[in-house]
Amino acid sequence: MTATAGRIGKVTPTDTAVRARQSWAARITGRLSGGLVRFFLLLVGLFWLVPTIGLLISSLRAPEDMSMSGWWQVFAKPSQLTFDSYQKLLENGDITSSLVNTVLITVPATILVVVIGSLAGYAFAWMEFPGRDWWFLGVVSLLVVPVQVALIPIAELFGKLGLFGTILGVILFHVGFGLPFAVFLLRNFFAEIPRELLEAARLDGAGELRLFTRVVMPLGGPAIASLGIFQFLWVWNDMLVALVFTKSGSQPITVALQTQVRQFGNNIDVLAPGAFISMVIPLAVFFAFQRQFVTGVMAGAVK
Amino acid sequence: MASAAAAGAPPGPAAPKSRKSVTGTRRTVAALFLLPALVLLGALVVYPIGYSVVRSFYNASGDGFAGLDNYKALFTDDGIRTALKNNIIWVVFAPTVSTALGLIFAVLTERVRWGTAFKLVVFMPMAISMLAAGIIFRLVYDQDPDKGVANAVWVGVHDTFAQSSAFPKAHPGRDSPLKADAGGFITSAPVHVGQPVTLPLVGVAPDQMPDGAKKAVAAGAEPGKVTGTTWQDFTRGKGVGKLGSPDPSEPGYAGMRIEAVKDGKVVASAEAAGDGTFTLPASADGALLRLPASNFKEPYNGVDWLGPALVTPAVIGSYVWMWAGFAMVLIAAGLAGVPRELLEAARVDGANEWQVFRRVTVPLLAPVLAVVVVTLMINVLKVFDLVYIIAPGSSQDDANVLALELYRKGFAEGQPGIASAIAVFLLLLVIPVMLFNIRRLRREVRR
Repeated sequence: MTATAGRIGKVTPTDTAVRARQSWAARITGRLSGGLVRFFLLLVGLFWLVPTIGLLISSLRAPEDMSMSGWWQVFAKPSQLTFDSYQKLLENGDITSSLVNTVLITVPATILVVVIGSLAGYAFAWMEFPGRDWWFLGVVSLLVVPVQVALIPIAELFGKLGLFGTILGVILFHVGFGLPFAVFLLRNFFAEIPRELLEAARLDGAGELRLFTRVVMPLGGPAIASLGIFQFLWVWNDMLVALVFTKSGSQPITVALQTQVRQFGNNIDVLAPGAFISMVIPLAVFFAFQRQFVTGVMAGAVK
Repeated sequence: MASAAAAGAPPGPAAPKSRKSVTGTRRTVAALFLLPALVLLGALVVYPIGYSVVRSFYNASGDGFAGLDNYKALFTDDGIRTALKNNIIWVVFAPTVSTALGLIFAVLTERVRWGTAFKLVVFMPMAISMLAAGIIFRLVYDQDPDKGVANAVWVGVHDTFAQSSAFPKAHPGRDSPLKADAGGFITSAPVHVGQPVTLPLVGVAPDQMPDGAKKAVAAGAEPGKVTGTTWQDFTRGKGVGKLGSPDPSEPGYAGMRIEAVKDGKVVASAEAAGDGTFTLPASADGALLRLPASNFKEPYNGVDWLGPALVTPAVIGSYVWMWAGFAMVLIAAGLAGVPRELLEAARVDGANEWQVFRRVTVPLLAPVLAVVVVTLMINVLKVFDLVYIIAPGSSQDDANVLALELYRKGFAEGQPGIASAIAVFLLLLVIPVMLFNIRRLRREVRR
């Protein structure tokens, strides 16, 4: 795609030379290998889609049908498709309340990281204080610390503070581990804001807080969007942290489903639709905000 | 890391020599802006690091100094050793396979018009949780070829190339002329030209009969040939049907292989027709007839993906499914920066596509590839959910990785000391990357 675009853009002398030299035989082999490439990519694309399609169809079949035959049999008998499993799932109080918990954990954890990270990012980018760059490097060095390192210490700390098993505890943990990336991303973005803009606002009499909310935050939009999406998905999709820090009442959907995995096969009618429901929001975010999603995931992958 | 900077920060004009505060900030204001972040980081990230290091030198209950005992456990405890071994497999294979696939996809998608759609499909798994991916692959790897798509495809391919046997449970009935022989069955008496042979068996379920099976027919005598019938000598209902000869309701064993054996050597062989009849040449005269074991093997049931031997590669496969898209997108971004003129120049010089790829594209992309591999290596060290979900209880010990073992030791087995030692070990493994990050950023920050 880029290749053709690039070539159409400017025809260089070498290009014309190449075209002239290509015999028709070479062009046919080119066509053939082009067909081979298309076939290969088509196959790979199918290969990548099949597992997800399998889950979707499995979630739309009755458990009796699932125990009898593979999900692909549905193509022979489309009448097997039913929303029963979904209906049953949404009547299941544990599952619905765990979905609510997922939202209650994810939304605050995302907003807090964006706000606190922006404040710190702005300070690191545009304020002066001793050791600024060293502090910043210190924060960035925490970027690769595995969450596993903190599980046991924080479990004991939360136990003492009465936060263990609470939604607030899970939120705090996610904020703590979201901040290094947030500060890193936002500081770098804010640092690129043209100095003149800030000075002009300053001359108009804006104070530090006003400068931050009226100039820096709006200009930081793209970076904040990427960060927000990354953090949102990170927390939404997390299982490990919630597995350690939640109790039965505060479990998010990932943990609620995880408890069902042990009887895999017997409760596919809970697992398949449950997994699919938990995927719907991330997939919607993915398709709606592809650009920001890619930037965020790319930048945050070290986490 | 380099990617992080490249993707995260917009390419702006070179920043002015120093970004002095435009507001002449008072330090208290700066402190207020920083305080929430620093407090949270201190309490939730820095403090746990220190705590883990200290805790790793104490015993399980935390009241006695244990010296290096917990670290010794890293190399003596069976569970941890399996985990270490598996982590090495993970770190070697998962990042390299993902990156190699990402590279291939990135290069090839440039040549098709629907490259963007393809990238979308391969990148999509990055959006979903490892739990959901785990459930997805638990379904894919189901042992039963009628349920798990991996085995369905595998068995399908296998049966195309190797004939599957049709009569797994067949065995001789009462007063049968056949006796067991090396997994198959053989006649007790030699057969002769002109005397039709009967080879009855029982025990094949009706729905397992081969598609070509027709009503069994008693073979007629043929001069100079050994003829006979092999069929299911069983009719439902007591007293119905005659033992030892084909009744109208009894199906022939279509496709059954028959060998004539003389002194242990196969002298002739044939395959039964739809009605169970078969014909052997005169050379079979005086031989024993054998139904060889290959007729009665259990049908091929596919690969035990989640069994002890294959569970780690299987889980790595699901990881590659999730992360190859990440490698692909990063590499594609790097590829967009490769000057097209260089590739064209190589082609003009007579290089074929493979040579262009191997000698020009890959070397130019080397820095990007290195970043992708290192990023994935760090990521792989922390893999937990996939193993926890995909590996069934029976083979979870065989699929163990450090992150999972840390969780088990810390929260299931009441060994926080050993778990802390694992945590410190994981941290040590990422420290080189941490230092690399700091060095690279120090240059950028000091502009």
